[in-house]
Amino acid sequence: MKKVDIIFSEYTCEPYAVFKKIMKREKLEIIQELIQSGLRGRGGAGFPTGLKWKAANLTESDQKYFICNADEGEPGTFKDREILTKVPRKVFIGMGVGAYVTGASKGILYLRGEYKFMVAELNKEIELFHKICKELNFDFQVEIFLGSGAYVCGEETALIESIEGQRGEPRNKPPYPTQAGLFGKPTIVNNVETLVSAMMVCNMGAEEYQKLGTSDQRGSKLFSVSGDTSKPGVHELELGLNVADFVEEYGDGDTKAVQVGGVAGFCVPRKDFEKAIIGQGSTTGGSTMLFNSTRSMYRVLINYLEFFAEESCGQCTPCRIGTQQLLKGLKAVKNGTRPPEYLDQLIKLTNTMKIASKCGLGQSVGNSFASIVQNFREEMIY
Amino acid sequence: MKENIILYIDNQEVKADKGQTILEAARNAKIYIPTLCHHEDLCIAGNCRVCVVEIEGKNKLEASCATPVENNMRISTLSPKVRNARKDIVSMLVSEHNTQCTTCYRNTNCELQDLAFEYNVDNNVYISLVDHKYHIDKSSWSIEKDPSKCVRCQRCVRTCSELQHVNALTVAHKGEHMEIQTFMDLPLNEVVCTNCGQCVIHCPTGALTERRYYDEVWEALGDPEKHVVINTAPSVRVALGETQGMPAGTLVTGKMVAALKKMGFNSVLDTDFTADLTIMEEGTELLMRLKKALVDKENVALPMITSCSPGWVKYIEHMYSDKLAHLSSCKSPQQMFGAMAKTYYAAKIGVDPKDIYVVAGMPCAAKKYEANRVEMKSSGFQDVDAGLTTRELGHMIKSAGIDFKELEDGQFDSLMGVSSGAGDIFAATGGVMEAALRTAYEIVTGREVPFKNLNILPVRGLESIKETSIKFENCLPEWSFLNGVEAKFAVTHGLKNAKVIMDMIVAGECPYIFVEIMACPGGCIGGGGQPIPTNNEIRKKRMEAIYREDAGKKLRKSHENPEIIQIYNDFLGKPLGELSHKLLHTKYRPRNRY
Repeated sequence: MKKVDIIFSEYTCEPYAVFKKIMKREKLEIIQELIQSGLRGRGGAGFPTGLKWKAANLTESDQKYFICNADEGEPGTFKDREILTKVPRKVFIGMGVGAYVTGASKGILYLRGEYKFMVAELNKEIELFHKICKELNFDFQVEIFLGSGAYVCGEETALIESIEGQRGEPRNKPPYPTQAGLFGKPTIVNNVETLVSAMMVCNMGAEEYQKLGTSDQRGSKLFSVSGDTSKPGVHELELGLNVADFVEEYGDGDTKAVQVGGVAGFCVPRKDFEKAIIGQGSTTGGSTMLFNSTRSMYRVLINYLEFFAEESCGQCTPCRIGTQQLLKGLKAVKNGTRPPEYLDQLIKLTNTMKIASKCGLGQSVGNSFASIVQNFREEMIY
Repeated sequence: MKENIILYIDNQEVKADKGQTILEAARNAKIYIPTLCHHEDLCIAGNCRVCVVEIEGKNKLEASCATPVENNMRISTLSPKVRNARKDIVSMLVSEHNTQCTTCYRNTNCELQDLAFEYNVDNNVYISLVDHKYHIDKSSWSIEKDPSKCVRCQRCVRTCSELQHVNALTVAHKGEHMEIQTFMDLPLNEVVCTNCGQCVIHCPTGALTERRYYDEVWEALGDPEKHVVINTAPSVRVALGETQGMPAGTLVTGKMVAALKKMGFNSVLDTDFTADLTIMEEGTELLMRLKKALVDKENVALPMITSCSPGWVKYIEHMYSDKLAHLSSCKSPQQMFGAMAKTYYAAKIGVDPKDIYVVAGMPCAAKKYEANRVEMKSSGFQDVDAGLTTRELGHMIKSAGIDFKELEDGQFDSLMGVSSGAGDIFAATGGVMEAALRTAYEIVTGREVPFKNLNILPVRGLESIKETSIKFENCLPEWSFLNGVEAKFAVTHGLKNAKVIMDMIVAGECPYIFVEIMACPGGCIGGGGQPIPTNNEIRKKRMEAIYREDAGKKLRKSHENPEIIQIYNDFLGKPLGELSHKLLHTKYRPRNRY
């Protein structure tokens, strides 16, 4: 396991020198570089960033929007907060480059409501950023939009609805935001960390960046480490690490399970530590929670489910009702009003939620449920 | 931009246009996909997920109502994966729903019930989520809201905002607490609600229903002291058959009358008669306004706007309370009927008005509210005692054990039972305008309105705003000031469109002298009290039926109705006369915008 220090590395040159340098490059060249780097979105869904920018670049419109998604709400995730307090400039460079490449003239930083304390500092940085843009004769304006606390607004179309003044409810797709997003205009939504990574790719080159990670996941990423750990906090690690190494470094010697990718991700039990790779297939949101043997996985799962039942937007059936059924059903098995086999019915239900829910929220609830129930079945029943 | 697309649904080749959804393509090809939150009148929601289908190459299922077709798509609507998911989804909906179907007004006419049947849902799979402390809002005269039966499809919310621009209902809270509420969850009678009932006919379950008055009516029918009269609105006769299993657009005037007589009404009369009366009053009012404007050079509110639709009246009272002068002062036909029944009719048949019980059979939820307005007591009593919807009438017919389809046709009773075709067409959007022009033009010129067979086709149909114009020439001496005037008229329906007209008036850019506005899409044939389902296809069929009724009558102009001539001779004197003013006209009041 390799610790990396790219994202939080100190600014070494005059403000925005890197930005000025990148802005001299051709748009298509930047897109190509990103595609080649293999960078995937760091918000959780893991969509290739280069492809997203390319799609937005190809859409013709008199107005495009570039949104930075800083609605960090996944329980156990606090990396974007760290980035925005320590190296906000890198985020704005990422936004600026993205806007340049895609042709967006308006930028919005969608900031989680609880991060209001950052606004004053961020606005100072935005002022400076605007000055630089003016210097470069680059027409791009960024403003901050404060969220109101709904987890689902981290979903890009719900986020867009929220900016438009509507209820934060995910939209039907297609059309995708890059075709018709904010106010019906092409819109790019990128996570905070994605933008910093994109900026890093442009700065250091795809080839250099590619040296980090595996063929499946390139680069490094931030992990929010919490739970039963001696080293809680945000750590930048090379991608492709396995859970055993991770536990070795961050566990307290008694780790029985690691929740990878937040409550919407998977729970890895001790027996699978060796073979499990963090974020296999796509990248993860980066929340990693460690649980030691004093923890009741039943309580952990109940806690997750209470969160989902509360934070589902409520519009689609599988998510609104499914989350409640999982919660009530799990309790019913525990208190004996439903037989243990009812857990299998609930796992079947998570499959329906996964294939039939409208957005990623409902689709991913089943991940933690199934992995916890399957691996800690006794704890659920007795 | 029509681009032909070929896709395969359940191995059947289907042609579709670019931009169509999978659901639309399937329906055109007569392939059934179940839906719940989808309604033809409303925008796509994709909420309920009942219509999910499997698309080859995709692991997730997609909502067919919200997914556009693509070339060479291969879709399965019946695979085990699809059926299992749908069954799970319907089971979940059932777990959230108060399944006391036997006590529900929508029993046997409920989309959730149908789905539960189609998917053979076992009630026990999931734990019931119904909170048994729920509160049924019965505060409104017109609409009842039972949250325990709500399936969160948001059809009512979309109806109230998209079709009506009223937004009385909205989505509140999220997740497990998400529900449909009024503003601040206030009782329905305290919020800005026009009582139009469109939410009711768009509700798939029994969550939103009209407030029922049939028990009171049965009581009255059984009371030997009471003389119970019913008047039936023109649009009821083209829709009531649907409640008895007949196809949409069946004209059942005679059977309806026969059924009502069987149920024990002392007299079965016709709202069409007072529709004719409305034309006499409203047509004259319009001409008087024009005279004041053109001859006396007074400042009168033009265009004059119809006031037959109580949902529309409440809308303007809330939303454009400074424009009430534009409303005709005429009561609606229902209220004219009530006032006449307890004065003119009572005297003619020699019954004390306090013993007369007036029932109105209406396509409407707002009429219930209207009957209870404090202004509507000009006979000295509450003019109309109970308002029933077409659905309630259908329910009463079933409850009485009447084999409706086999009934011999009955005839309306006399005195306020004779009507013209002009009264009939009040049922459809444009009908009041057409009826008014047939009479007003003839009053002014002495000639028939210059449209073939009296059919003023430009104001018919479902188009959102319809216009026509008439040039007055060779007018009778009394109306010579209208010579050469080219008058423009407009007709609209659905409060969303009413807003367009009102905004023109506010902007001072309204070119019309007379406008007909109905609260419900399609006019009364699509009213909030009509059988469920109601959609454009059904609206059209009901509409065709009512124009057939008109075309089949000899008497097609309100002013030629002999009973109308009689009522003016024997009782009212003349249109806009003193008695008319007291009994047939009313005042409106400004209401809060919020």
